[in-house]
Amino acid sequence: MPDLRSLFNPRGIIVSGVSNHPGKFGFVTLHNILSCGFQGPVFALGREAGEVLNVPVLASIDDVPDGAADFLFICTPPALNEDLLRRAAAKGVTAAFCAAGGYREAGPDGAEAEARLVALCADLGIALAGPNGQGVVSTPANMCAQIVAPYAPPGRIAIASQSGNFVSSFLNMANHTGVGVSRAVAAGNASVLGIADYLEYFSDDDETAVSLVYLESVDDGRELFERIRPLSERKPIVVVKGGASAAGARAAASHTGALATDDAVFDGMCRQAGLIRARDVEEAFEAAATFATQPLPKGDRVVVVTTVGGWGVAAVDAIADTRLTTAALPDDLFAAINDKLPPRWSKNNPIDMAGGETRDTVPEILELVAGHDEVDAVVLLGLGIQSRTAAMLRSGGFFPDHGLERIVAFHERQDTRYAEAAAEISASTGTPVVAATELANTDPNNPAPATLRAMGRLCHASAGRAVRSLHHLASYAAWRRHRGL
Amino acid sequence: MTLTLSEAESRQIMAEYDIFVSPFVTGSTTNEVVAAAQAHPAVTFPLVAKLCGRAIAHKTERGLVRLNVNDETALRQACDELLAKSRPEDGDVELLVSTMVAGSRELIAGLVDDPQFGMTVMVGIGGVLAEAIADVSFRLAPITEVDAAEMIDDLATQRLLGPFRGEPQADRTALIQMLVALSRLPINEPSVRSADLNPLILVDGKPVAVDALVEVADDTDLIDA
Repeated sequence: MPDLRSLFNPRGIIVSGVSNHPGKFGFVTLHNILSCGFQGPVFALGREAGEVLNVPVLASIDDVPDGAADFLFICTPPALNEDLLRRAAAKGVTAAFCAAGGYREAGPDGAEAEARLVALCADLGIALAGPNGQGVVSTPANMCAQIVAPYAPPGRIAIASQSGNFVSSFLNMANHTGVGVSRAVAAGNASVLGIADYLEYFSDDDETAVSLVYLESVDDGRELFERIRPLSERKPIVVVKGGASAAGARAAASHTGALATDDAVFDGMCRQAGLIRARDVEEAFEAAATFATQPLPKGDRVVVVTTVGGWGVAAVDAIADTRLTTAALPDDLFAAINDKLPPRWSKNNPIDMAGGETRDTVPEILELVAGHDEVDAVVLLGLGIQSRTAAMLRSGGFFPDHGLERIVAFHERQDTRYAEAAAEISASTGTPVVAATELANTDPNNPAPATLRAMGRLCHASAGRAVRSLHHLASYAAWRRHRGL
Repeated sequence: MTLTLSEAESRQIMAEYDIFVSPFVTGSTTNEVVAAAQAHPAVTFPLVAKLCGRAIAHKTERGLVRLNVNDETALRQACDELLAKSRPEDGDVELLVSTMVAGSRELIAGLVDDPQFGMTVMVGIGGVLAEAIADVSFRLAPITEVDAAEMIDDLATQRLLGPFRGEPQADRTALIQMLVALSRLPINEPSVRSADLNPLILVDGKPVAVDALVEVADDTDLIDA
């Protein structure tokens, strides 16, 4: 079992192939490592003496002090790398990320070079990531060792991807939503370390609450299944599969064979192993972000709380497409809510407050609902609309006169309170409270989505998307429950 | 290379694994199969008569299945007609006579060896439209009872499993036990490469296979090949 500690938490880093050309991978990687605040020593290897980004360029790895760095990031071409790795091992390097291409993907000669690389790293005891990959991110180590952007805010999602593009996509989403990342790695050619190795590391990693995987090809599906199933018991693993539509039904004499499409079998494998399968990349990130920031629901019963009508109706429609249910409100909950709302409220689930909320209504209703034994999850809709009105009042030419200054401040304070209440009540009751408004995208600085973001929680962009995330949490909770976990 | 077993051989293997198949007898002549049917207490009218053989894959399409056979005269006539339809390329053939079980709901179950994930077990909505409907659920064999219960829950057409047209709801325990048993078959008998139970008719809620097709490796010791 390779030890991935120095891949994700290195003591010091050596980057090979550094030149002063800011368009080259070596330069960009060095830049990203330095600019994102890695605290350990960083060494640059290159052909031309001098300094790059204020770091002296060393002609040989032999010039690195013994034991100063345990992680090597390779941007040099295949012909140089076997000698480099031998010398690196002698210096105490135990993990390497090979970003350089020219291996298996480049033809038979490259494949031979890759085979030699694999054998050599096994001999040297070096955990090898890549080759032909974009890099590795580890926010607890303030490390962005990547040939491309971006970095991400710290958080509890760990990403392993068979495509570097999707590492970038997920990191972009982390930046946009504010729900951060612990680790992220592109598997590249995965000649030694593969998805299952990264997932094993993540399942033991205290910084990680949920793993997020982009999978394209599976070499040995049975082995992947056997290795991943026990990991799912420890932490949720969200997977999105590329190429799912590529292979349709096989020619088969039997009905069962004709029905066994790759997608149907993969789907069954996920259900059996407890993997949470998302339909697309956005759904995958949002599910992971919800796992990372919300408690698991105890069951499937959802109550929708909304400040006005239509959103609640759409949420109930979305719920009908999932394993979740919208049960009638329990009598005691109904009575308690009825005491706090004007007579025109919906008197049903969804709880439509019909604009009847006063200063403390939303937090009070949320507390009653989320705290009730027969409610497993809450969807909160309508955040941010007061601030949207406030923004118009602020910019309409009459501000701050006519009493506008006071009402604008009130509206914005209220939305901030609602967002805070959603987070605090979910934490105090152990019931997930997922919030949704399109303002997360259309008006991200609105106090409602901005407050949720500042608290590290996801503000879903629509009720339907919030419901999909909740469905994934409930499916995983059911998988655990069925197995007595 | 693989070998497709006849329906009778396939049924025999399923029965050994406690998978319910409709009561049946076989014979190579009309007289032989009628005598066997009369001697078997559970083979009762109405009956189904079929012509089976390892080389016969699509019985329905060739008109080799006679349903609703209600008395001995009709049975003898059906058997004679079926034998007359056999072709030289069918090789060894035999008559199979089984009790025609009653139930309006048809499921499908089966085994298939997936190139990536190995042997898998499936359950779904069955019958002649099974492939068009494609409401199926797979798992990697072998499965636990919990896996089997979740497979059944994963089917989209849940209403078919509740009380339906005067018939009781599907007996989930019986379905679960059948799926677990089916998933163990290729583990205990590695020469089994695929299987089809289609349709599995829900009789008083319990699944009963009225057709079976098992494919084995041709070096199998399961049958005399």
